[in-house]
Amino acid sequence: MQQPKITIKNLTKVFGDPPAPALKLMDEGHDRKEIQQRTGLTLGIADVSFDVAQGEILVVMGLSGCGKSTLIRCLNRLIEPTAGQVLIDGEDITTLGNKDLLALRRRKFGMVFQNFALFPHRTILQNVAFGLEICGMDQEEREQRAAQALQLVGLDGWEQAFPSQLSGGMQQRVGLARALAVDPDILLMDEAFSALDPLIRRDMQQELINLQARVKKTIVFITHDLDEALRLGDRIVLMKDGRVVQIGTPEEILSSPASRYVERFVEDVDKTQILTAGGIMRDARVLALLSDGPRTALHKMEKESFYSLFVVQRDGTLEGYVWADDMGRAIEQGDRQIASHLQRDHQTVAPDEPVSTLIGMLADSRIPVAVVDEAGRLLGTIVKSNVLAALAAGQPDQDQAATTAETAADRTSEALS
Amino acid sequence: MNHDFPFFGKFPLSDYIDDGLDWLTDTFSGLTRAISNVLGDGVDGVVMLLSFPPPWVVILIFAGIAWLAAGRRVAIGTVAGLLFLWNLQLWQATIETLTLVLFATAVAVAIALPIGILGGLSERFHRATMPVLDFMQTMPAFVYLIPAIPFFGLGQVSAMFATVIFSMPPAIRLTILGIRQVPRELVEAADAFGASRRQKLFKVQLPLAVPTIMAGINQTIMLALSMVVIAAMIGAGGLGGEVWRAIQRLQPGNGFEAGIAIVILAMILDRVTQRIGQQRGS
Repeated sequence: MQQPKITIKNLTKVFGDPPAPALKLMDEGHDRKEIQQRTGLTLGIADVSFDVAQGEILVVMGLSGCGKSTLIRCLNRLIEPTAGQVLIDGEDITTLGNKDLLALRRRKFGMVFQNFALFPHRTILQNVAFGLEICGMDQEEREQRAAQALQLVGLDGWEQAFPSQLSGGMQQRVGLARALAVDPDILLMDEAFSALDPLIRRDMQQELINLQARVKKTIVFITHDLDEALRLGDRIVLMKDGRVVQIGTPEEILSSPASRYVERFVEDVDKTQILTAGGIMRDARVLALLSDGPRTALHKMEKESFYSLFVVQRDGTLEGYVWADDMGRAIEQGDRQIASHLQRDHQTVAPDEPVSTLIGMLADSRIPVAVVDEAGRLLGTIVKSNVLAALAAGQPDQDQAATTAETAADRTSEALS
Repeated sequence: MNHDFPFFGKFPLSDYIDDGLDWLTDTFSGLTRAISNVLGDGVDGVVMLLSFPPPWVVILIFAGIAWLAAGRRVAIGTVAGLLFLWNLQLWQATIETLTLVLFATAVAVAIALPIGILGGLSERFHRATMPVLDFMQTMPAFVYLIPAIPFFGLGQVSAMFATVIFSMPPAIRLTILGIRQVPRELVEAADAFGASRRQKLFKVQLPLAVPTIMAGINQTIMLALSMVVIAAMIGAGGLGGEVWRAIQRLQPGNGFEAGIAIVILAMILDRVTQRIGQQRGS
C-alpha cells in the first residue's frame, strides 16, 4: 500500500498553560465544556487521527469552533500541537527545529486563507511570487513562474494590478495562484471560498476540481458548508467540539450518519428537506410496455446497458420492473409475455416527498426509486447519484452537475443490480 | 504657615539628579564633546552650504523636492512661502532653523525606528517603553534644556539634544502602532510560506507600517520645529532666536514676523512629509 501523504496521530491542542490537567481530563473522556469549566483551559482539538492519501481532497467539516481551523494550522505548525504527531511523507514534523520547520513550510505547503490575506502593498505578480521570493529565488525566474501560476487560475493580464483593484473571487484566485506558485505537495485551504458570494463560490469550487485534475495536489480543505464538502471531498472528516465524529466518503456520510450529530448536520445544513423527489428525478426515457415481448424489453436494456427496466401500461401506470436475466430466460423458454416475469418489490415515492426520505430508501436499493403521481403513473426515476448531485449543487433544478453525474451514476447503479 | 513634611526631612531628589547628571557629564565628557563637535560641524556645514548659493536657487531646489514628494500645489505653496520669508529678511534664520529641525529629526528617527520595531514585535518591550515615553512627553520641554548645557555646552547641539528627546516619542509610538496594526492574517500568511522573522519584518510588517510610521515622523518634525524655537533660549539661533530677541526687546511686530515665518515653515514641512506617507499607503 502506498504511504499516506499526511498521517495525523492522536493530535491534541490545548490552549492555555500548563496543558497537563486538560490532557488528563481529556483522556478520561470529558468533553470540551467540562474541561473548560474545571481547568479554565480550552481544548482546541482532541485526539484527532486520520490519514490523507496522495492526491486526495480531504474536507474537514464542522461548525465554527469545532477545531477545524486549529487542526489545519497544526499541520504546518502555525499552531503548535500540544500532543500527538503529524507525519508528512512519514517524517514527524512536530519535533522539527525552527530552521527545518521553515524549510518544510517552503518546500511542502501552500496555504489559501478565508479572507485571502493578500499583501496590499504588492502587485498581483509580487503577491504570487511571494513564496518563491521567501525561498530566495532570483527575481526573473520567480516572476516567470508566478506568471505561469496566474495563467493557471485564469488571471493573466492582471500582473501589475494591486489586490484592492480585484473582486473577491479574483482575489481568491490570486490566493490560490500564490499557493500553487511554489509547487507544493500539499495545499491547505482554510475556508477558502467561505467569504465569496454563492455564485462565485460555486464557480471556484468547480475550478478547483478542474485544477486538481491537472495539478493533482494533496488538498486539505476546511469548510463549515456541507454542500461544499460533498462537492469537493473525496473523503470528509466531520468534527465536533474538537473531536472527529465521522470519516467517510460523501455518500457514506449521507447514507449512514455515524451519530445523531452527523444526522442532524446532514438534515439541518443541507437541503434534503427542501429538495423534493420531483425536483431531482430524471425522466424515465427508456421503459418497457406491458404489451412488449421479452425480446423488445431485452433489446431496450442492452442499448442502454441497463440490468433492469421499469414496465408501464400504455397510459403510463407503473406495473413493476423486469430483470435482464429473466428476459433472457424467457426468450430461451419461448415465452412471448413479460407479465409473468414482472417484479413488484420496487419502491415508489410521490413527487413532493423530501429527499431526506430518499437517502434511506436508496441506501440498500438495487434498482432506482420510482416517482409516481396519485394515479400511479410513472413520472421519473431517481438513483443515488441524482440525490448526491442535487445536494452538492444545492439547487433542485441544477441541471449541469446533475446531468453530467447522471450517466455515470446510472451505470454504476444499474451495474449493482 | 509651615508646609514642611512632619515626619522626616525632604527627600533629596534634586540632589540625586544633580549628582547623577554630574557623574554622567564627567564620565562621558569625551563622548559628549565628540558628539558635540561632529553634530556642530555638521549643522554648521549644512547651514553654510544652504547659505552659499543665492536664495532663489535654494527655493527652486526645495520646490523641486516638494513637487516630487507631494505634487504641484504643494510645490507652488513652497515657492510662495519661501519667497515671503526671503522678503521678510528672515532667510538666514530660516535656513538655520530648517537645518536644525532636519538634523534633530534624523537623529530622533534613527533612534526611534529600532526601538519602535522592537516594541512592535515584543509585547514585553512595548510595556517597558510606554512609561518612559509618557515621561518624555509630559515632562515640560524647558526642563530638557538644563542638562543639555553641561553635556554639550551652549548652542545648537544642546538645542538638538533637547529637541531629539522631546520630539522622539511620536515616532516610536507610531512605529509600534504601525507594526502592531499589520493584520494578523497577513503575518500568518508570511509564516505559512516559511518566511523567517527578518523576511517577515522587511517584506510584510515594515512596508505595511510605512504610512503610520510616516505619520509619526511627520509629528516628530512638527514637535522638533516647536522645540527648536524654545531652544533659542540656550542659543539655538534661527527663527526662534528672532522671537526670543523680540520678547526681550518688547517688539511685537518683529516677534510676529518671526512667528509667522515659523508657521509657514511648519506648513511646508507638514504638507511635504504628510504626502509622502499617503503616497506609500495607497
